[in-house]
Amino acid sequence: MEDPMAAIRETFFQECDEQLAELETGLIAMENGTAETETVNAVFRAVHSMKGGAGIFALDALVRFAHVFETALDKVRSGTLAATPAVLGVFLRAADVLADLVHAARENTSVDNARTATMVAEFDKINNDCETPSPAPAKTAPAAGSGLFEAALEEQNSAWEISFTPRAELYAKANETAIILRELRRLGEIDVRLDASCLPELSELDPEGAYLTWHIKLTSDCDEAAIRHVFEFVEDDCVLLITPPEPQGFVPGTVITGDNGFKFEFFPPPEDEEPAPEPEAAVPPPPREAPAAAKNPAVEVMAAKAESAAAVSATIRVDLDRVDRMIDLVGELVINEAMLSQRVLEAGIARASGVAMALEELEHLTREIQDSVMAIRAQPVRSVFQRMPRLVREVAAQTHKQVRLVTEGEGTEVDKTVIERIADPLTHMIRNAIDHGLESTERRIEIGKPAEGTVKLIALHRSGRIVLEVSDDGAGINRARVREKAVENGVIAADAQLSDDEIDNLIFLPGFSTAAKVSDISGRGVGMDVVRQSVAALGGRISITSRPGLGSTFTLSLPLTLAVLDGMVVSAHGHTLIIPLSAIVETLKPRAQDVFPLDHEINVLALRGGYVPMVDIANSLCYSESFIEPEQSVALLVEGEGGVRAVLLVDAIHGQRQVVIKSLEANYRAVPGIGAATVMGDGRVALILDVDAMVRNARSDAGRGAELAVTEAV
Amino acid sequence: MSATIQADPANQAGNRELIAFRVGRQEFCINVMMVREIRGWTAATRLPRSPRYVRGVINLRGAVLPIVDLAIRLGLPASEPTARNVIIVVQIGQQQVGLLVDAVSDILTASNASIQPSPDVTSELVKTFVKGLLPVDGRMISLISLDNALPRELEAA
Repeated sequence: MEDPMAAIRETFFQECDEQLAELETGLIAMENGTAETETVNAVFRAVHSMKGGAGIFALDALVRFAHVFETALDKVRSGTLAATPAVLGVFLRAADVLADLVHAARENTSVDNARTATMVAEFDKINNDCETPSPAPAKTAPAAGSGLFEAALEEQNSAWEISFTPRAELYAKANETAIILRELRRLGEIDVRLDASCLPELSELDPEGAYLTWHIKLTSDCDEAAIRHVFEFVEDDCVLLITPPEPQGFVPGTVITGDNGFKFEFFPPPEDEEPAPEPEAAVPPPPREAPAAAKNPAVEVMAAKAESAAAVSATIRVDLDRVDRMIDLVGELVINEAMLSQRVLEAGIARASGVAMALEELEHLTREIQDSVMAIRAQPVRSVFQRMPRLVREVAAQTHKQVRLVTEGEGTEVDKTVIERIADPLTHMIRNAIDHGLESTERRIEIGKPAEGTVKLIALHRSGRIVLEVSDDGAGINRARVREKAVENGVIAADAQLSDDEIDNLIFLPGFSTAAKVSDISGRGVGMDVVRQSVAALGGRISITSRPGLGSTFTLSLPLTLAVLDGMVVSAHGHTLIIPLSAIVETLKPRAQDVFPLDHEINVLALRGGYVPMVDIANSLCYSESFIEPEQSVALLVEGEGGVRAVLLVDAIHGQRQVVIKSLEANYRAVPGIGAATVMGDGRVALILDVDAMVRNARSDAGRGAELAVTEAV
Repeated sequence: MSATIQADPANQAGNRELIAFRVGRQEFCINVMMVREIRGWTAATRLPRSPRYVRGVINLRGAVLPIVDLAIRLGLPASEPTARNVIIVVQIGQQQVGLLVDAVSDILTASNASIQPSPDVTSELVKTFVKGLLPVDGRMISLISLDNALPRELEAA
């Protein structure tokens, strides 16, 4: 077994990713003015949790930076720092730096220290700017109290007295007091005394009980909030008394903090005030003054907890394999159910009978289970969309353009495997939109467009597929130049007549880059063709529409899941096969006069002026020794990788259906010409054709020979 | 549980449980721990460009299971399978494979001492598969190894 710590560490980094995403979403919401109070808190919590976790793994650089970040966020939260666009700009960049630090910590690589230092300096600046009491008093704190507090802040540099009595729950939640004390030491010099006076005889000792109290003298000029932070995760499970050094106007235990926005309340001094009491010994029993005050924070904290719990819905992490196994089984359940219905029908049981009715009920249930199981794998595209704002900021900075990213439909759900694989094409398309699509800022101003360009990213469901659109309000495709370039590269003939649409789609051809100069952002002409290929590998399609002067829109259409495939059910020499629909261009009935022999076994089909090689599926898969008569067959024009075409000949087409993809390699091995398998409605296995291999097969003699060679040796 | 136990019986002390089955007129046995389940014959989907002894694939609760016709694999006369034939689903390493046999005949407990080495013959098939011979009530049961039951991965073309 591997190091258990490594697993925890991995979980921490996974959570960091989520928190970074939340942080960014929150900050953008604040920037757009759509933020609520809870947003600020969520942002703060994200940074704070990362800091806490990083502390456990001794990721000091991360902790230090998160702390600076958190301090500034806290000021916003408490209202002492206004969230101006400038401040939010700093925050957004800081979020990027934080992400880099997390990444560096994960990969154990070094980070750009200069960048971190610059960021820290920027924070110092905004922190200093708000040091001078801001004209607008803190939102939640009474103005008078705020003033008092500020005044008190200045004077704090002698010892704080903290009494910390954990309850059993604290230990039960796997908190460690030593870590808390160590954390406290970061704030300043501490002097710790352990009070074990409540410790019972060994015979009466409950091994899971809590009996100890620590009295801590902390010499630090930090504020109470900083101390409270150290105890933030354990505050509910301990009795905590914090006594300020010089209680001017403060009464011990009456300064309270809530989780959602800091709140300071100052109670009038009680009649029989004990000036600066010695740390109350032996709690429990709690000190006389504490109950009234202590009850209050408890309520506050609970309210805050409830609030944050409402914002974050409960989730669990599940191994993907388990979900896949379940999907397999449910698919099988559906097939079995159908077979059972068939048997019942065959047995001559009346449709209105109890058995048939119960079966119908079962059918509904199984369908519902299937839908819910598929929904487990479905995830909103948000996780991918959240990575884009950073990309836009960086590319915008590199290209010296002003860009605003607008996203829509983040909640659109799609299978997890698809999510993982759309990030790259999307990244490329967005880079492309900014680098090549948008005009330079000067140019935009010159032609009367807003200086800030807009890139729009939209996700939506359309007829059982997910559609992603990346549009810009730039210059649109320069058709003259694309055409010129295509002729130059020999892609099209100089006199070819192309529609606007056809010209636009030329950019998906290999080695095509229209940018006047090659930039390091969008690469060297390995651009949209790569995108198109990776999209095609997912069973998707990409297209572009462009209006000169108004911008371009790339439309990406993908299947909702990679576990199922739209296929054409065909038969070849009595064998049922599935051909992926995404590969099929058209179906036709070949005429004898269009078929020409190329060599002794390869025929070509004359098709609209070109010749396309023909592949007899049954023969090529060794189902049959002889060749099918072309005019007796149905021909499917298919397109393989890189746009290479071939005509596949089959006996008949039986229709179209969605099939669940099953691996052949799991229990067997790869079979040339076969991509995967699936289970049909009758419970039998049908094979899914590997169109690319078929097309290659038709094209290369060598490949044909090699792939046909079958070892029957032992 | 793993195939190595089969491959090297000499290392194992004590008794072993074996499952015996008939293929044609011969009886064979394998370690019972390898067996996942036994089921009736269902029509398999033929795989193109596969050795003749691979009958094809069937659907085993959503997984695609290759079927090896042991008669052909062991060089015995082949016959078309009927509903009376049996598929023994075995685990070989990471893969599950269905073995097409005529019938399951027995479950035996055998000590290592009672397993006799197979005679030194030149037959490649015997060398590849037969790991020992077991006399039971006047019958001879061959203990076989399944390590080479499936065709190896294709060489990268």
